[in-house]
Amino acid sequence: MAEKVLKRADSFYPIFERKGGPTPDVTHYCPGCGHGVLHKLIAETIDDFGIRDRTILISPVGCSVFAYYYFRTGNIQSAHGRAPAVATGIKRVFPQSIVISYQGDGDLAAIGTNNILQAANRGEKITVFFVNNAIYGMTGGQMAPTTLIGQKTTTSPMGRKPGNEGFPIRMSELIATLHAPIYVERVALTDAKNSTRVRKAVRKALQNQIDNKGFSFVEVLSVCPSGWKMTPVQAKEWLTQEMIKAFPLGVYKDISDEIEAQPAKGNVFSVQGLREQLNLPEEKVAPATPVNKTATPEKYRNPRLKMAGFGGQGILMLGLGIAQAGMDAGYEVSWIPSYGPEMRGGTANCHVNLSTERIGSPLVTRPTVLIAMNLPSLEKFVDEVVPGGLIITDASLVTQPPARKDLEHLSIPATQIADELGNTRVANMVILGAYIAYTQILDQETVFASLPHFIKQKSLIGLNIQAIKKGIESISSQIKN
Amino acid sequence: MDLEKGLESARVVIREDECKGCGLCINICPEKVLFEQKHLNRMGYHPAGYLGTGCIGCGFCFYQCPEPGAITVYKKGYVGEEVER
Repeated sequence: MAEKVLKRADSFYPIFERKGGPTPDVTHYCPGCGHGVLHKLIAETIDDFGIRDRTILISPVGCSVFAYYYFRTGNIQSAHGRAPAVATGIKRVFPQSIVISYQGDGDLAAIGTNNILQAANRGEKITVFFVNNAIYGMTGGQMAPTTLIGQKTTTSPMGRKPGNEGFPIRMSELIATLHAPIYVERVALTDAKNSTRVRKAVRKALQNQIDNKGFSFVEVLSVCPSGWKMTPVQAKEWLTQEMIKAFPLGVYKDISDEIEAQPAKGNVFSVQGLREQLNLPEEKVAPATPVNKTATPEKYRNPRLKMAGFGGQGILMLGLGIAQAGMDAGYEVSWIPSYGPEMRGGTANCHVNLSTERIGSPLVTRPTVLIAMNLPSLEKFVDEVVPGGLIITDASLVTQPPARKDLEHLSIPATQIADELGNTRVANMVILGAYIAYTQILDQETVFASLPHFIKQKSLIGLNIQAIKKGIESISSQIKN
Repeated sequence: MDLEKGLESARVVIREDECKGCGLCINICPEKVLFEQKHLNRMGYHPAGYLGTGCIGCGFCFYQCPEPGAITVYKKGYVGEEVER
C-alpha cells in the first residue's frame, strides 16, 4: 500500500462491455457483496505483480459465473464444480501461466467436492480462491453444504439440523489433511484488520504460483446480504459473530517456505503456441483454392446436408468425404457424426455444412440435402428438409418415393452398383459421385485428391474412385433419360 | 483539482453513479466523514457522500467497497492528476 492512491485496478476492464446493459461500469453483484471486494483484491495483486498478460481466471457456476465480465485477463467459464479440472489442463499445457480457480461454496463444496480434492491431492500448481458465504446465493438462498447449524434458508426453513442435513463442511481443514497442498488458509472479509489478512493471503497464494511451488488454497468467508436477508452492515456483524465460530480463521497448512522458488519453465499461452500444441498448420488467410461459386447452380450452393442410414453403410465416411473434399476446394466446412452404441446394424447419421462463409452452428436441423440410405432414415428425417430441398435415396433399399411432393428426389441404385463393383461397402461413394455430379458442388478431381485423407487402407482408393465414377455416370444416364 | 504539488491532506472521491448504497464504507470509516446522501442515484440507491474534510487516507472504505471504481482514495502527498477510469 505504498501507492499514494487507491483506485480501480487496471486488471479490471474500464467498461464491462461483456455485461452491457444500462450500467456497464458497475458489477452485477448485490450491494455489499463479498465477491466484489475479493475481485478487487485479486485484481490489485495481479496489477502489483505484473502478471496480467499470463493470468487465466477460471470462473465457476454461481454468482461469480460472470467474473469474465470484469477481469482483463484470460478467462474461461467452466462447468459446475469443474474449475479445478479446467485449471489443471491449462496449467499443465502452459506451466508459465498463472491459473486461478475462483469458486463459491455451492460450486466447490457441493457439486465439485471431489474435483477440488483430487486437484489438491495431485498438487496442481494452481491458486484456488474459495468464497464461502454459507448459502446458495445465485439461486435464491438455498442451504449449502457450508450452511451453519440452525441457519435458516429457503430449503432449511426451520434451521439446519445435523440429524437431517449433516454438519457444515470445513473445506480448509479437509484439504489441509492432504499431502500435496503447500498453503491452506481461511480468512474473512469483515473489518479492516481481517481484510488486510485477506489481502495478504491473496498475495501469498499468487506468489506461490509465480514461484511455481504448488497448490495454494485460500478460503474467504464472505457475506451474502441478499441470501441471508440482512443489510450489508448486519451481514458483516453476523459473519463476525456467528460464521467465524463455525469456520475458525487461520493458516491450516503452510510448507511454502520449505520449497525453493523455481519459476516455471515451458509454454506461455499464445495463439501460435496453441497451434503448435495442437499440431495445427499456419492459419490460412485466404482459402487455398478460391471457391468457384458460379459453377454450382444457385439452389445447391452452401448446402446443409444430413445423411443417414444403417451403421456400416459408410454414412459417416460419406459425410467426411464431402467435408474433406469441400475443405480442399476452399469451402468452410463442418462435420458432426451421430450414431448409436452399436458398431454395425444400428442407425447412424451425420451433419455436414459446406459454405463460402463462416459456419455458425455445425448442427443441421433444417437440411437442404438429405441423403437417406435406407427407408427408416428417409421416414425419420424427411420432414426436416426445407421446401424445395433435395433428397437422394439408395434405390436398392428405398423402394418408395418420399411422401412429400415439394422436394426434388434423386434415386440411385447405389448398393446394386457397388455390388457389381465387387464390394457393397462402396455404395456410399456411389452416392457421393451422384451428389457432386448432380449439384456440381465439387469437381471429381478434387474429390479423388482428397480420398487419401480419409481412407486409411490405401489399396481401396482405386475401388473408391471407380465407385465415385459410377455414381457420376448414373447421373449423366439419368439426365439423358 | 490541482495535485501537482502533492496533496496537503488525504481525500476520498466517490463516484455516486457507481455506488449501490450498501453503507459498508460509512460503517467502517474511523473518522466518520462518510454519510448516506438523501438523493437517489441512477440505480435508485442512496449513494455515499464525503463531508469534504477529515479524510485521513486510511483506505478502509476502499477495501470494504465491492465496486471496482466507486471509491478512489488519494493519500497525503499524492502527486499527479485526478484518476480517470
